[in-house]
Amino acid sequence: MTKPNATLAALFKGDRQADRVVPPSGFTAQLTLFAAATMAFLAVFALALSLASGRLANMWGQELARTATIRVVAPVDQRAAQTAAALRILETTKGVQTARALTDAEQQELLAPWFGPELAIDALPVPRLIEIIEDGDGMDADGLRLRLAAEVPGAVLDNHSRWRAPLVKAASRLKLLGWISTLLITATMAAMVTLAANAALSANAQVIAVLRLVGATDGYIAQAFIRRFTLRALTGSAAGTVLGMLAILLLPSTSDAGGFLTGLGFQGWHWLVPPLIPFLAGAVAFAATGAAARRTLKELA
Amino acid sequence: MIEFENVAYSYGGGELLSDISVKLAPGSFHFLTGPSGSGKTTLMKLCYGALLPTAGHVRLFDTDVRSLDRDDIAMVRRRVGVVHQDCQFLNHLPVSENISLPLTVSGRHADTAGGDLQELLSWVGLSNRADALPPELSGGERQRAALARAVIMSPDVVLADEPTGNVDWEMSQRLLRLLVELNKMGKTVLIATHDLSLIRATKAQVQARVLRIANRRIQLAGADL
Repeated sequence: MTKPNATLAALFKGDRQADRVVPPSGFTAQLTLFAAATMAFLAVFALALSLASGRLANMWGQELARTATIRVVAPVDQRAAQTAAALRILETTKGVQTARALTDAEQQELLAPWFGPELAIDALPVPRLIEIIEDGDGMDADGLRLRLAAEVPGAVLDNHSRWRAPLVKAASRLKLLGWISTLLITATMAAMVTLAANAALSANAQVIAVLRLVGATDGYIAQAFIRRFTLRALTGSAAGTVLGMLAILLLPSTSDAGGFLTGLGFQGWHWLVPPLIPFLAGAVAFAATGAAARRTLKELA
Repeated sequence: MIEFENVAYSYGGGELLSDISVKLAPGSFHFLTGPSGSGKTTLMKLCYGALLPTAGHVRLFDTDVRSLDRDDIAMVRRRVGVVHQDCQFLNHLPVSENISLPLTVSGRHADTAGGDLQELLSWVGLSNRADALPPELSGGERQRAALARAVIMSPDVVLADEPTGNVDWEMSQRLLRLLVELNKMGKTVLIATHDLSLIRATKAQVQARVLRIANRRIQLAGADL
């Protein structure tokens, strides 16, 4: 059997006469092309799902992790004093980049979806909200809670971890599922190419016998099949990838109202990932056909 | 060149060949004869590494066949031209490409040997059938195409297994003359046949040894015609 490097070199170099020794296989060739194209098309979507989920997980993880809120729940006459006390504590808290109390107008705007724009905020016991933005190192939330409990009894710290964690976890799981889907698609393509190569090798047992009779090495025979199936997988998956990328491109663009579904797609350098699919498919076909050829040629020896 | 030393070959629990010792010297001409099923084809296959002996030693070009891997066997086959009775071809390729197949698989492209190919086609009388597909050939044409394929690499040894089995007397004489010509060019020739009239007809043309297989052994080795 020839060395993989030699086979790889022969794959790209090509040999018109060597290509002709294996009979054209017509319908099965079309099936291999179609299956490779379909798998690549699905792989593009799995990648889009995975990469979009990854972006979402990062966004939720980073942006929400850097903000926290303190609610100052106190009688109206003590609210301003407790708010000021909480802000003083935050000024000396390590990891806090900025902290500010929301104005009445901002709080009114936050409550407007539930109570309407005409809400008289002074008439309700609405807690004062303090928005905290952390610096890169983050703050010690437990330590801050203890200090607030001691000095500002009406202050409650919410660092969003309670509801952020499940969202980040869900996005991470989606990302993982996307990658698993890509791997399964790759494995399915390998299985498909192996089956097709096995069928072609078995159907051409007499061709192999003739080639051996005239002095063909196993490497030469294997290469004829490897080249054929690798080029089919490469061609089919290139077509599938282009179609998949076009479909992703034609998805509705991201909008404020769109949410996750309209964000499904590629952004920036992520567009460079799908074009790798045909090469991955080619490599998978190369390895799968090589293994099938080695096994079959050994059996036929 | 090809040497058998106490060779036995068993298959499916039965021994087909037993205690075979024979040597094909360079430039020699041999007939291998015996009744159908006596093991002629098996012995021929042992001559080019298609089968391995179950006992004894087969030496191909001074190397024990058991020490050869599959690639080595392929190299041996480039030095041994084989013509089978059933003449297997690649049916999707024209005759000219089938004949030049040994060149193709050895990396010597037929384009560079175009003149040789034409000469060879002419030698076997197939110049006008170069573009035909194998299924379109008659029995005799197939045998001649197989012979041309067997010799295109200028092998040291030519093995022909019942080469005249599917052709008429005239064609078998024509094939025989081609094989005798090859022998006169210095090639070692071994022809397996059960046709004794063919052996007798060769008597006037070449000094040949007859190896007769019976009861799993070569019984009449060295008898000159």
